[in-house]
Amino acid sequence: MAKILTKNLNLWYGTFHALKDVNSSFRPNIITAIIGPSGCGKSTLLRVFNRMNDLIEGVRTNGEVIIDKENILEPKADLVPLRKKVGMVFQRPNPFPLSIYENIVFGEKVHAESTNRDKLDEIVETSLKSVLLWDELKDKLRRPALGLSLEQKQRLCIARLIAVKPDVLLMDEPCSTLDPQATARIEELMRELKNDYTIIIVTHNMQQAARVSDDTGFMLLGELIEFAKTDQIFTAPQDKRTEDYITGRYG
Amino acid sequence: MERHFDEELKVLHKDILQMAALTQEAIHKSIEALKNREKAMAQGVIDADGKIDALELVIDELCIDLIARHQPMAGDLRFITTGMKINAELERIADLAVDICQRVLEIVDKPLLKPLVDIPELSVIAQRMVRDAIDAFINKDVELAKKVVLSDPQADNLRNKVQAELLNDYLARDPKAADRAVPLLLIARHLERICDHTTNIAEDIIYMVEAKVVRHHPEEL
Repeated sequence: MAKILTKNLNLWYGTFHALKDVNSSFRPNIITAIIGPSGCGKSTLLRVFNRMNDLIEGVRTNGEVIIDKENILEPKADLVPLRKKVGMVFQRPNPFPLSIYENIVFGEKVHAESTNRDKLDEIVETSLKSVLLWDELKDKLRRPALGLSLEQKQRLCIARLIAVKPDVLLMDEPCSTLDPQATARIEELMRELKNDYTIIIVTHNMQQAARVSDDTGFMLLGELIEFAKTDQIFTAPQDKRTEDYITGRYG
Repeated sequence: MERHFDEELKVLHKDILQMAALTQEAIHKSIEALKNREKAMAQGVIDADGKIDALELVIDELCIDLIARHQPMAGDLRFITTGMKINAELERIADLAVDICQRVLEIVDKPLLKPLVDIPELSVIAQRMVRDAIDAFINKDVELAKKVVLSDPQADNLRNKVQAELLNDYLARDPKAADRAVPLLLIARHLERICDHTTNIAEDIIYMVEAKVVRHHPEEL
């Protein structure tokens, strides 16, 4: 049973046709990587899943994106619960200019009707533990989040998402600003998180896609060319365009 | 787009072909030494094996280096991993040619137990299979590789025939013939093993070209 399904999904930025008849099925509780050259539509596809593209002027979509049996492209779709359910981690970590504590409880304060201190403390502890930051930061919760290292900031952003109990984590090049050690630790975290969340990662780093993902989709010029188990994509791709891209012959 | 990587893959391809050529030469000479009872030729094959062993290590190192530096994917990955396996199979085949030559040295000074008929026929099959496997590798020819795999039972049958004949017609009747019969039994066994390793090479080539695993899955042929 798919967590996310796209059916004949098309998206235009003005007259530019950015996604062309994308049909895909994202399995729950696994990591799916989307790869492809710059401008192929992979980040656009990711942003469809929580309707982030709506913020861009002139965007038009048709087709269906079904998450848990609900077509989120319907005009009546409620974006607040959608963005709670489908959270996003960006290329550069973007903590709010608040304390570590306030960053994590921010979502809960927005979504919950009433909050009590004990509950918020519990959310902070659980969320930081799930991104393996609790031991490092439990005595520094009132310090500004902007003072953390890049890797800690990225982990904090993931903790901030987890605090509002999403189902799906979208990650757009989440390690591109990190060094190899920090990248390895974030990848390890992703592997742990997939037990509880459906993770979709967009990455230019093919080795990263091969290392962490279970399924991989290859996009080119707005089309989803091939979507299969990761080991198949990287050892025996079925489409020559996929082969050319992953072996560095494209371009 | 031309890649620098392609130049390095060409070097690997060339080295594997050199390994194949040396192995083919070892088999050919071992069979000639047997047929013509040539001691010097048999000793030559044994002495030249070090060169093949050394080349095996060079190819292995090159493959590991390519994997480490380029982290190959898809067809490149299949070519390099298959290259490593073919390299190991060729080295084993060359060792079997050495084994044949050792058996030749054991019997060359003794009267021939019987005229050689089936063993030369088995050697023709083995040499043909090796040649076809190498051609299949060069031309990425899956049909030829399949033909090699399908020829293996022919070699098995011939080896069984040789074995039955030597055991029933010679050893059972005259146990003193053992010192001349056992080397011939072993030579038939070595030739049949050459065919087995060549079959492995052919199966690897099918994987390299089509990403299809036929090893242990003959129904996939």
